[in-house]
Amino acid sequence: MIKEESAGPPTVITRPWNNPKVRSIFFQAVLLIVVVSFGMYIFGNTAANLEKQGIATGFRFMGTTAGFGIITHLIEYSEDSSYGRAFAVGLLNTLLVAFTGIIAATIIGVFIGIARLSKNWLISHLAMVYVEIFRNIPLLLQIFFWYFAVLRALPAPKASLNFADGVFVNNRGIYLPSAIYEEGFSLVIWALVIAIIAVLVMTRWAHKRQDATGQQFHTIYYSIGLLIGLPLLALVVTGFPLSWEIPELKGFNFVGGTVIIPEFIALWVSLSIYTASFIAEIVRAGVQAVSHGQTEASNALGLTAGPTLRLVILPQALRVIIPPLSSQYLNLTKNSSLATAIAYPELVSVFTGTILNQTGQAVEIISITMAVYLSISLSISAFMNWYNAKMALVER
Amino acid sequence: MNKITSTVMMASLLAISASTSAATLDDVIGKGFVQCGVSQGLPGFSQFDDKGNWSGVDVDICRAMAAAIFNDSEAVKYTPLSAKERFTALQSGEIDVLSRNTTWTATRDTALGLNFAGVNYYDGQGFLVRKDLGVNDALELGGAAVCTQTGTTTELNVSDYFRANNLEYTIVAYEKADEVVAAYDAGRCDVYTTDQSGLYAQRTKLKDPSAHKVLPNVISKEPLGPVVRQGDDQWFNVTRWSLFCMINAEEMGVTSKNIKSKMGGDPATKRLLGEEGSFGENLGVSPTWCANIVSQVGNYGESFARNLSVPPLNISRGVNELWSKGGIQYAPPIR
Amino acid sequence: MATENQYLPGLHPDLPPPPSEIGVIGWLRHNLLASKTDIFLTIFAIYLIYLLIPPVISWAFFNADLIGNTREACTSGGACWVFINVRIGQFMYGFYPVEERWRIDITFLLLVALMIPMFIDSFRYKAWLGAFILLVFPVIGFYLLAGGSFGLVVVDTPRWGGLSLTLIIAIVGIVASFPIGLMLALGRRSKMPAVSAFCTGFIELWRGVPLITVLFMSSVMFPLFLPDGVNFDKLVRALVGVTLFSAAYMAETVRGGLQAIPRGQYEAAEALGLSYWKYMAFIVLPQALKHVIPGIVGNFIGLFKDTTLVLIIGLFDFLGIVQAASTDPKWLGYSIEGYVFCAFVYWIFCFSMSQYSQSVERKLHTGH
Repeated sequence: MIKEESAGPPTVITRPWNNPKVRSIFFQAVLLIVVVSFGMYIFGNTAANLEKQGIATGFRFMGTTAGFGIITHLIEYSEDSSYGRAFAVGLLNTLLVAFTGIIAATIIGVFIGIARLSKNWLISHLAMVYVEIFRNIPLLLQIFFWYFAVLRALPAPKASLNFADGVFVNNRGIYLPSAIYEEGFSLVIWALVIAIIAVLVMTRWAHKRQDATGQQFHTIYYSIGLLIGLPLLALVVTGFPLSWEIPELKGFNFVGGTVIIPEFIALWVSLSIYTASFIAEIVRAGVQAVSHGQTEASNALGLTAGPTLRLVILPQALRVIIPPLSSQYLNLTKNSSLATAIAYPELVSVFTGTILNQTGQAVEIISITMAVYLSISLSISAFMNWYNAKMALVER
Repeated sequence: MNKITSTVMMASLLAISASTSAATLDDVIGKGFVQCGVSQGLPGFSQFDDKGNWSGVDVDICRAMAAAIFNDSEAVKYTPLSAKERFTALQSGEIDVLSRNTTWTATRDTALGLNFAGVNYYDGQGFLVRKDLGVNDALELGGAAVCTQTGTTTELNVSDYFRANNLEYTIVAYEKADEVVAAYDAGRCDVYTTDQSGLYAQRTKLKDPSAHKVLPNVISKEPLGPVVRQGDDQWFNVTRWSLFCMINAEEMGVTSKNIKSKMGGDPATKRLLGEEGSFGENLGVSPTWCANIVSQVGNYGESFARNLSVPPLNISRGVNELWSKGGIQYAPPIR
Repeated sequence: MATENQYLPGLHPDLPPPPSEIGVIGWLRHNLLASKTDIFLTIFAIYLIYLLIPPVISWAFFNADLIGNTREACTSGGACWVFINVRIGQFMYGFYPVEERWRIDITFLLLVALMIPMFIDSFRYKAWLGAFILLVFPVIGFYLLAGGSFGLVVVDTPRWGGLSLTLIIAIVGIVASFPIGLMLALGRRSKMPAVSAFCTGFIELWRGVPLITVLFMSSVMFPLFLPDGVNFDKLVRALVGVTLFSAAYMAETVRGGLQAIPRGQYEAAEALGLSYWKYMAFIVLPQALKHVIPGIVGNFIGLFKDTTLVLIIGLFDFLGIVQAASTDPKWLGYSIEGYVFCAFVYWIFCFSMSQYSQSVERKLHTGH
């Protein structure tokens, strides 16, 4: 039997379901059909339900007058503005707290992460206690805690803490003087722009010179000098075209100036502290991932602790740090939606809270909200990927 | 049919299922209870005690409906909802009826696809302030910070009011009523605004209720009542007539205590208690529907007295008195 | 000079280290006072500890009240743990009827009892026990908690609450999300473009949106997506939302483990003629999953903390019930105690889980 078969070339019967290519196409087709029909099923049900109950659909509501106030807005907004404008206000507030939160969390996180590696027993253990406490308690609880802690710790408006007769702190927020720009102030802005460009050019030149000759150039002092000096010079030349609007107590509250509301402070503090505890661990792991030989080699070259950290350890650690760091940034942005519990008017609170309730168009509003968060997440990922690639290129 | 069977199979796999459809009454009878959307805890209207039992005038509407349908006022399941969730929950069929101190407005009655079945409490928006502020009228509130709840008509009314009177204000809007109270108590705001009944109710939750007062100004009309989905007239009727039954019973002097002795009385009472006519059958519920409501839940006045006129709330009837006694509570006759 | 001469060069026996280098003094010198900066940092740290610890301790312990039934029992000016003491049953079980609470106890005790052998290395029937826990136990648990058969009274899900609800959501979420996450991770690495695109899209969608919008959608919008007359219990819907959300995170964790397996393993398995499912099940996944245990525990901790968000959709989880209790007029003004107690309980759970995951991590590292 065996001999007979092996005489000729083996006859392989390929049935279509044994062919990997055919199978793969078949599976994918099935998946596509399932996904598409599931989507159509959901869409059909939703449309039928909305239709039957006479619920309004479409995005026309975005142009309707909002009619409600928002406590803090980065762009011009009043009760006469449209829902679309209120949406933009909420979105900007989300971006504001996410952006400032990311910066603060990174600074605190790096600081704690380095402290965790300190040779000083007390410092490293304090840092450890910080990390273990804050990352193991739910964020929502921390937000409530900070909000009411902040509110209770601060005095009523009439008993405000007063700093230099211009800055007032009370349980309605921090009141700062706001600048009023007069004619000729644009020159100061231009001076600042020129200073920034000059600093950039100087840094490049210093790098080139160091590459070529090995001579170092203390860009940092010159940069500070340029950045402060040039705008100051412009201010003097134009005769200080700037005045300050000082907040003052009128009736119940302070009027004028710029106010930072306690909701923002509480949210910002809790997001930063919470996320920093994760970033600290990421930084620690990243620094530990760089072999100790690198530190020893750099010390052998005569570099002191500061430059060793800055020039040798961190650039290598960053490659390990960036991917998990970017997911922490994403988490922070998403977590900012918890603000809805403490009245900070960000996207979820304004849009899926107030506006959803006024219009009742849940499907449209939830889809927009999800799309917005998705695009913020994707842009942060894209940015961090780009930065990661850039850092990877530095590796020699 | 097949589609429905398969999804029902899925539902029974998960073992717990509830269902709603166009014929809400049939569904409710099928599942054996009324799914009622209530607040997350508003004393006097809908609140739960430490064992999780619900009470309040809004809760009584749901209990009345259960009494009418099942002759069992306890056949109700409660879904606590925040202000912003409530309409979506009703639209989607998550609850059968929303009885959650909800204001009847044109938008809600039309674009939101809802129907208000009646008014069980005529309210108006007011302001709560600390006594030591020395404010006696809302017009003195210029520049105040105002705390309120998101997703309510109060949020809109307050902006209308302040703008109409050219007053500056800052609005701070929270997700849950309890958070508003906590923030107001912590001094975040000068004023707490919501429906006046709500102010009286929430004042009991403050650290020192006697240090706060409700200003006399009423800045809006807030007719509060039970809400159902549009397009189901039968269910709408059950809801609205459960409320009307309670009001009519009070008008005729029928209470949960004297209902036995009122049996076989004058023709109007006979119709009310189902001894004459076929009003129950027309509604699709039992013939003694209204008698069940009154004996198990009580009439409107009893419900009001039991839930709102007791300490610490002490809310008086005011405009919620019967029309025959100078108020505006009025129910069409059962005839 | 004389003593030195007694030894030839290099033969001097080791002298004991100077007293300043060993013992308490040596430890202090090395760990706290190594340099000027160190001394400064040490003083700073001691000051910080002095500032924070004594007031907290005196508030929480020395000046606290524990025994009593009403708020009048709180007289010392510190923490009023009486509030917690009186309400502890509700914090643990929610509105679950008092006479039925033993059912919750039994369920969790059973789970713990079943879990213990899983941590004993010499236990031989782990696979069978694991299958029992994953497949049979949930059914038992469901019938115990929900009731309705075997003579048990029905307890509706709105009455569930407190810490037990938190644990139920977290455990169900993580267990149910595991198989979904596994399939998604495999799908994302699949060579079939439609499958990998679908899985990538699914993962990124769920990871990109905040959990509270997911919960909002599942709690109030879900019935809109279904045909008329079909609906699920609110808790089930919240569980579905939590599970899908956590499945996306689980998928990324598992994918990390899959990527850590050297290419040679895949090639060797293929060369042996194993089919895709066989080589995944017998070669790749056993290795990959071992690597991702710490990651899975990390996900679980994250999910456990995220369960607090269900209070926003009106389920009374642990934090939700503590919050609700602190607005009770009888106990106004003790919300701080409630929050601290809550934070402490969450912390105990999360901290012990993270310690466990770290110990697993260390155990796995020695293998290399």
